[in-house]
Amino acid sequence: MVVYLFLLLLAIASSGFLLGRFKARAAGVGQDVKMHSLDGYHGWFVAAWAGIPAVLLTLLWLLFQGPVIDWLLVGSLPANKVQAIDGGKLQLLVSQIKSVAAGNIFSQPEPFVVEAAERYNRWKDIASWSLFAVATVLALVGLLVARSRISPRFRARNGVETIMSGLMIACSVIAILTTLGIVVSLLYETLRFFDRVSVVEFFTGLNWEPQIPIREGQVTAGGAFGALPVFWGTMMIALIAMLVATPIGLFAAVYLTEYASARLRDVVKPLLEILAGIPTVVYGFFAVLTVAPAMRTFGEAIGLNIAPNSALAAGAVMGIMLIPFISSLSDDAINAVPQSLRDGSYGLGATKGETITKVLLPAALPGIMGGILLAVSRAIGETMIVVMAAGIIAALTLNPFEPVTTVTVQIVTLLIGDSEFDNPKTLAAFALGLVLFLATLVLNVIALRIVQKYREQYD
Amino acid sequence: MEHQVVEGSKPVTVPALDPTITARGVNVFYGDKQAIFDVDVDVPRNAITSFIGPSGCGKSTFLRCINRMNDTIPICTVTGDIRIDGEDIYDPRLDVVELRARVGMVFQKPNPFPKSIYENIAYGPRIHGLTRSKKELDELVEKCLEKAGLLKEVKDRMNEPGTGLSGGQQQRLCIARAIATRPEVILMDEPCSALDPIATAKVEELMEELKENYTIIIVTHSMQQAARVSQRTAFFHLGKLVENGDTRQIFTNPSDKRTQDYITGRFG
Ligand SMILES: Nc1ncnc2c1ncn2[C@@H]1O[C@H](COP(=O)(O)OP(=O)(O)OP(=O)(O)O)[C@@H](O)[C@H]1O
Ligand SMILES: [Mg+2]
Repeated sequence: MVVYLFLLLLAIASSGFLLGRFKARAAGVGQDVKMHSLDGYHGWFVAAWAGIPAVLLTLLWLLFQGPVIDWLLVGSLPANKVQAIDGGKLQLLVSQIKSVAAGNIFSQPEPFVVEAAERYNRWKDIASWSLFAVATVLALVGLLVARSRISPRFRARNGVETIMSGLMIACSVIAILTTLGIVVSLLYETLRFFDRVSVVEFFTGLNWEPQIPIREGQVTAGGAFGALPVFWGTMMIALIAMLVATPIGLFAAVYLTEYASARLRDVVKPLLEILAGIPTVVYGFFAVLTVAPAMRTFGEAIGLNIAPNSALAAGAVMGIMLIPFISSLSDDAINAVPQSLRDGSYGLGATKGETITKVLLPAALPGIMGGILLAVSRAIGETMIVVMAAGIIAALTLNPFEPVTTVTVQIVTLLIGDSEFDNPKTLAAFALGLVLFLATLVLNVIALRIVQKYREQYD
Repeated sequence: MEHQVVEGSKPVTVPALDPTITARGVNVFYGDKQAIFDVDVDVPRNAITSFIGPSGCGKSTFLRCINRMNDTIPICTVTGDIRIDGEDIYDPRLDVVELRARVGMVFQKPNPFPKSIYENIAYGPRIHGLTRSKKELDELVEKCLEKAGLLKEVKDRMNEPGTGLSGGQQQRLCIARAIATRPEVILMDEPCSALDPIATAKVEELMEELKENYTIIIVTHSMQQAARVSQRTAFFHLGKLVENGDTRQIFTNPSDKRTQDYITGRFG
C-alpha cells in the first residue's frame, strides 16, 4: 500500500517536472522574453513542490498512525476487561489483538478480542485509504500551485537552490539528532546506574564482579562495580598496542616517503591499505589461534608463564591492526612537509638521516601526534580483538603476561544473555559505554585540532 | 644527443683569472629530456658571477649541479666534469654531504625551517660540529645574523619561529643560515625574486660584503641586478651557454646576437 503510494507520488512529481518544463518552454517562446531560469529549473521546482510536501506528510502520518490506532483500540475495549490489568498485560493484549487481526490465531481467542481485531483492521484500512487520498491531493495541489507560478521572471533557479539547501540541512539535522539521541540515552541510563551504584565506587573501586543474582535465591557473588581494573586493563592493552604500532608505523612511513623508490611505494602503500581493510574479527582469531599460542610456547621455552589470553597477545595484535592507520597518517604528515625544507637541509650539507630527524619529523610532529592520538582512541574502543583474545576477569596487574579485561569486553559480556534493563548489571554497560565515549571524544577532539592546526601551517 | 649547431656555435668564453669552479662539457638530463647542453664555464674566486637567461633555460638546473642538489631528483642525470679548486665533485669517492657544506645554497623561495631563528642558524654548525661550546655557537649565530644584516631586527626574538619573519627577513635568515656552515661558495637562485626594493638592496649590499671571502653565483632575472652586483656574467639560452665573460663587456658589447637581444629586452 505504502509502496504504491510512494510510486504514485514519484509519478506525480515526474509529471510535475515535465509539465513545469513544458510550461516554462512555452512561456519563453511565446512572449519572446528572456526567461530568468532555464526550463529544467522550472521543472525541478514544480517536481519538488509536488513531491516533497506529500512525502513528508506521508512519513509523519505513518509515524503517528500506529500509536493513534492503538490508543483508539484500547479505548474501545470493554471497560471490565481493561480495568483489571496493568500496563504490561495490556501491551500483551494489544499484541494479541493485532496478531488475530493479521490472521494468526493460535488458541481460541475471546470473542471481544476477535471483535477488536475486526475493528482494528477496519480502522487500518480507513487510515491507509485516507492517507492515500490526502497525500495524492496534496501532491496535485503542490504541482498546480507551483506550476501556476511559472512566468519568465519567476526565479525557479533560486527556488530550487533553496529547496536543495533545505534538504541538505534536513539530512545533517537527522545525523546530528541521531547522535544526540544516542548520547542522551547513554547519559540517561548511566544516571539510572548511578542511582544504584555510587559514582565513587565505580571510578575508584578495585573490585569488578558484576554478576548479580538474576533470579531470587540464586547464589552468586554479590555484585561489585569498581571499574578501575577494567579501565586499567583497557589502558594496558592500548599501551601495548601503541608500543607496537607507533614505531613500526612511523618508521614504515618514513621509509616509504623518504627512502623507498617510487615503484616500491606504489606496491607497498596499497598493501598497507589492505592491512587496514582486514576485518577485526580476523585479527581476533589470528590473536587467539596464532599469536597467543606462539607466545605461550615461547614463554615456556624461556621459563615464563604466559596466560593463553594475555594482555600482551591481545595488545600486540591490536598494534598490528593499528600499523596501517599510524603509517598512513604519518605518511600524510611527512609528505605535507614542503620539499623546500628538505632542499634547505640537504643544501646545508645534512645527511638524509639528519634531515629526517632534525627537520622532517619535528615539522611533521603535530600531524604524527594527531595520528597517534586517533589510533589510541581506536585502540580503547576496539572490541572484537579483545573480546576474542583478552580475558574476562578484571584484574589489576602490571604483568602483561596475565589476562586483563577491557571496557569493551565488559560491555559485551554484561549485555549477553537476557536480563531486564533495570538491574545494575545491565546499566553498568551504559556507564562503561559513556566513559568510553567521553574518552574517545576527548582524544578525537584533541587529535583533530592538532592535525588541523598543523595543516594551516603550510597552506 | 647531437649537439645542435647554432650561429657562433662555440660559446664565446673569456677565461676567468684564478677560477674556483671550472665546468667542462656538462650535460644534464631529466629522464630523456636534456636540459643542459655541453656547458663550459669558469667561475672566478672571491667575485660575484651572475647567471642570466630566459625562464626555463636551465639556470637553476646548472646551479644545482654545482652542489649536486640534482642528486636528490631521481630522474636527473649529470655528465661532464665540474671541479671546485681542481677537485672533481662528481668523483664517486667524494662525500656529497661534505660538498654541500662547502657549497652553500640560497633558494629562490625563502625556506626557513619551522624552528626558532636561533635554531635555523645553528642547524648547520651543529650537524657539522663547527663549534665546541654553547657560547661559541651563540657567537657564531650572532655573527651570521649580523653579516646578513638581520641581527638588529631579530636580536630580541631569537627564540621565535623563523617562519614568523617577513619574506625579506626570511630570505636574509636563509642567507645567514647558509654562511653559518662556512662554505667556500654560495649559490643563490633568484634570492631577491620575492623581495621588495629595500630588502633587495640589503641583500645586494650583503653580497658585496660576502664576496671578499666567498665565491658567489647568483641567478637573476633582473638585468640591472646582474649589472650592478656581478663581475662576471654567463648568459644561458635553451640549455646552452651562449656567452660568458666580464659583466661590463657582456652588457655593453655582447659578442652574440642572442645575448644582445636578451639584455635589451627583445625576447625572454
Ligand atoms: N625536476 C624536474 N623534472 C623534469 N624537468 C625539469 C625539472 N626541473 C627542471 N626541469 C626542466 O629543465 C629545464 C630547465 O629548468 P630550470 O628550472 O633549470 O630553468 P630556469 O632557467 O631556472 O628557469 P626559471 O628562470 O624560470 O627559474 C626546463 O625545461 C624544465 O622544464
Ligand atoms: Mg630557476
